[in-house]
Amino acid sequence: MSEVSSARRDGIGVGVAVGVSGVAFGSAAVTAGLDVAQACVLSLFAFTGASQFALAGVVGGGGNLVAGTLGALLLGARNTFYGLRLADLLAVRGPRRWFAAHGVIDETTAVATAQRTPEGSRAGFYATFAGVYVFWNLTTLAGAAFTRQMADPSLLGLDAVGPATFLALLWPRFREPGTRQIAVLGAGIALLSTPFLPPGVPVLLSAVAVLAGFLRSGTRGPGRDLAEKESV
Amino acid sequence: MNLWIAVIATCVGCYALKIAGLAAPRRLLDHPGVRRFAALVPIALLSALIVVQTFGQGQSLTLDGPRLAGLGAAVAALLLRAPFLVVLLVAAAVTAAVRLLV
Repeated sequence: MSEVSSARRDGIGVGVAVGVSGVAFGSAAVTAGLDVAQACVLSLFAFTGASQFALAGVVGGGGNLVAGTLGALLLGARNTFYGLRLADLLAVRGPRRWFAAHGVIDETTAVATAQRTPEGSRAGFYATFAGVYVFWNLTTLAGAAFTRQMADPSLLGLDAVGPATFLALLWPRFREPGTRQIAVLGAGIALLSTPFLPPGVPVLLSAVAVLAGFLRSGTRGPGRDLAEKESV
Repeated sequence: MNLWIAVIATCVGCYALKIAGLAAPRRLLDHPGVRRFAALVPIALLSALIVVQTFGQGQSLTLDGPRLAGLGAAVAALLLRAPFLVVLLVAAAVTAAVRLLV
């Protein structure tokens, strides 16, 4: 099978598997005190799960809405980092870029960066975007409108799907020593800082692992190889 | 603050953060340091997400038995070179099964 079609199939698979967790968001949002329309607007237009859950969590806890919004944005800030990477992989210009930007999230980045060719990356990005977008929004509506009737998504084991997705997509790259080091360092930073920092900050902070990789690798680091390969 | 204002501010802000990276100026994207950082940063962030989503519960760390079993099964599937979608199915199925039984 060509890389493009396997990237497409994986992307849609991620879309279905991760998108179904929208049920959890929809029901969490309504339980927290948002109405169905507010839950759906967040899924349609914020479309970045961690930020949406963060805002709902603050609303539910009766917290300050300004702080809640800032917390949601802090969680969304990693999408800026992903965008820097995807800018070259997707190579989109003009109006298409405004459209593609909405799809810059964890899942699309994971699938796009796991492909070996630019065509595969683009196919994977758009397939994942489409799959997650459709399912996340449909299940948000279902979860919000029928909170009481919906089963708890953790009963289906869906809470393991997110981390399993990222693990499976990064897996082949763990064989590269430089990459593995950054992965271990990034994971360690996030894990150790979780008890001390607000949600979202530990994941952002893990970006420091890349800088450590810079210092150590000097001229022939993994990023340098990658950048060279792509510029050919 | 009205709840609708918070919802709209979150939507606008999240989109702005996404477009800020994707539409960063060419000169910035072409800088060798930025290129290397951008190439490697998804690895650090996605690895961090794996552990935070596996062990994190808000600001505390927990060991959720069924979820750990599911991820252990995913690792086993990866070692056996299972296809990607099979790995996801195995993770969900084992997590659900252990949760149901324990």
